[in-house]
Amino acid sequence: MSLDKSDVEKIAHLARMALDESHIEAYVEDLGNILNLVEQLEAADTDAIEPMFHPLHMAQRLRGDEVTESDCRGANQVVAPKVENGLYLVPKVIE
Amino acid sequence: MQWETVIGLEIHAQLATRSKIFSGASTAYGADANTQACIIDLGFPGVLPVLNEAAVDMALKFGIAVNSEIASRSVFARKNYFYPDLPKGYQISQFELPIVGKGSISIDLEEGSQKVIGITRAHLEEDAGKSLHEDFHGMSGIDLNRTGTPLLEIVSEPDMRSIKEAVAYARKIHQLVVYLGICDGNMQEGSFRVDANISIRPLGQEAFGTRTELKNINSFRFMERALNYELERQIDLMEGGGEVVQETRLYDADRDETRSMRSKEEANDYRYFPDPDLLPVEISEERLQRARQAMPELPDQKRQRFETEYRLSSADALTLTQSRALADYFELVVATGADAKMTANWVTVELAGALNKAGLDLSQSPVRPKQLGGLLQRIADNTISGKLAKQVFEAIWNGEGDADSVIEAKGLKQITDSGEIEKIIDEVIAANPKQVEQFRAGKDKLLGFFVGQVMKQTQGKANPGQVNEILLAKLKG
Repeated sequence: MSLDKSDVEKIAHLARMALDESHIEAYVEDLGNILNLVEQLEAADTDAIEPMFHPLHMAQRLRGDEVTESDCRGANQVVAPKVENGLYLVPKVIE
Repeated sequence: MQWETVIGLEIHAQLATRSKIFSGASTAYGADANTQACIIDLGFPGVLPVLNEAAVDMALKFGIAVNSEIASRSVFARKNYFYPDLPKGYQISQFELPIVGKGSISIDLEEGSQKVIGITRAHLEEDAGKSLHEDFHGMSGIDLNRTGTPLLEIVSEPDMRSIKEAVAYARKIHQLVVYLGICDGNMQEGSFRVDANISIRPLGQEAFGTRTELKNINSFRFMERALNYELERQIDLMEGGGEVVQETRLYDADRDETRSMRSKEEANDYRYFPDPDLLPVEISEERLQRARQAMPELPDQKRQRFETEYRLSSADALTLTQSRALADYFELVVATGADAKMTANWVTVELAGALNKAGLDLSQSPVRPKQLGGLLQRIADNTISGKLAKQVFEAIWNGEGDADSVIEAKGLKQITDSGEIEKIIDEVIAANPKQVEQFRAGKDKLLGFFVGQVMKQTQGKANPGQVNEILLAKLKG
């Protein structure tokens, strides 16, 4: 499977990554190589194999339904560029 | 051309847990902005989500109620998209292996018939925060308190063929999650949200038409209006030679129209993948068994029991089991010894009417079940007539006491002493010789006149059955 420049640009956009125009060709090749590897893997017969969703053979631990966290808004908002009335301010979102 | 409507619904029910699905932050509604968003909800580096067992058990309850296949192993996945109210840049959801698989629920249609609607799946996920679009110096404000609140997303099959069916299904799911105690059902606060997929196709055509998805529906009334608008829009498009475009549309209740939500159109590539922070969820047979044992009586079961146990009509049983609170109220009144049929009438007519008029919820009713039961017993044992009972009900409603004290204080006790009634009847007969003569000459209708006179003399307190009986005997005698 081969990628072209527009695929890489689309993937970068979905991940909100800014790509340097001069690096795009290299990504086309690197990502293409990864997809080729996956393609090779797909040739293996996996009909009788249960898909693996996690490398650890363990089940998720559950926690009891208790409120254990107290208000840390002040501390949490120290890293925020802009806050007002306890709200995080972000560039306007218009729908 | 005749068109057929096809509707499928995605319902998000906020689960009624105390804490978030993956963190110990509170889920209480209405707190100060961002005071309930902890570092796990905010996706700070190095934090790990841990699954809340109450959310799992609530999903199981729902699955059991709709006869679903419960997955013994389910998996959380990341749904990736960028939006300011989603601090991690992905929502933890379930994709390939949801906890609740295929099930079904039957809805009641107007003609008294039923229809089975398929449920494709129900999966656990976390809610996002809220964007406040009021102007903050040209910026938007973000409150992340809701972030991480557990949601059960219930996806139906495209089985509904009319807007009525879609509304009936949504109401049925709403009733069910509230009965199960897994969601408070508050649509205004966003605890229960409906997204609708709607398309049309020429009647008789097998293939589905192109659908649109309607969002932002926060009441059943708006749901009906939004679907009506969208249905008309699609028919106009198709009949005008146009095409329906697959897109998400927002319902604007103020303008009563749906609008294309262009900003999200291109973002439909969510690139799901299993969340490495969470291991597969395994549901043991014991856990499932415990959930089965904790199941309350469901609306349909309760309705059947009401019909057989209390010999209620199916209409009364249906009305009384609309909500668990109403059904409980009814049973508490009956438990005081009141007649079931009479209780059904009083609860669905007098009480419901008074609550409606006062704009009150059943939980705020000034008349407690025990008080209504006391009143009904006084009707049953002939202490008061049905007519005066309404006065007594009003007095209880106004906080003037229980049935007995109100009857006593207002002197409403029915006259059942036949000697006393006879005396009054004798007076009435003596005072109206002309009417007596006419009655005896065959003018039967005059009986009503005599009853009226007696009731007037007794301020409505004479027992009507006795009055009739004695009057007839005396007039004919």
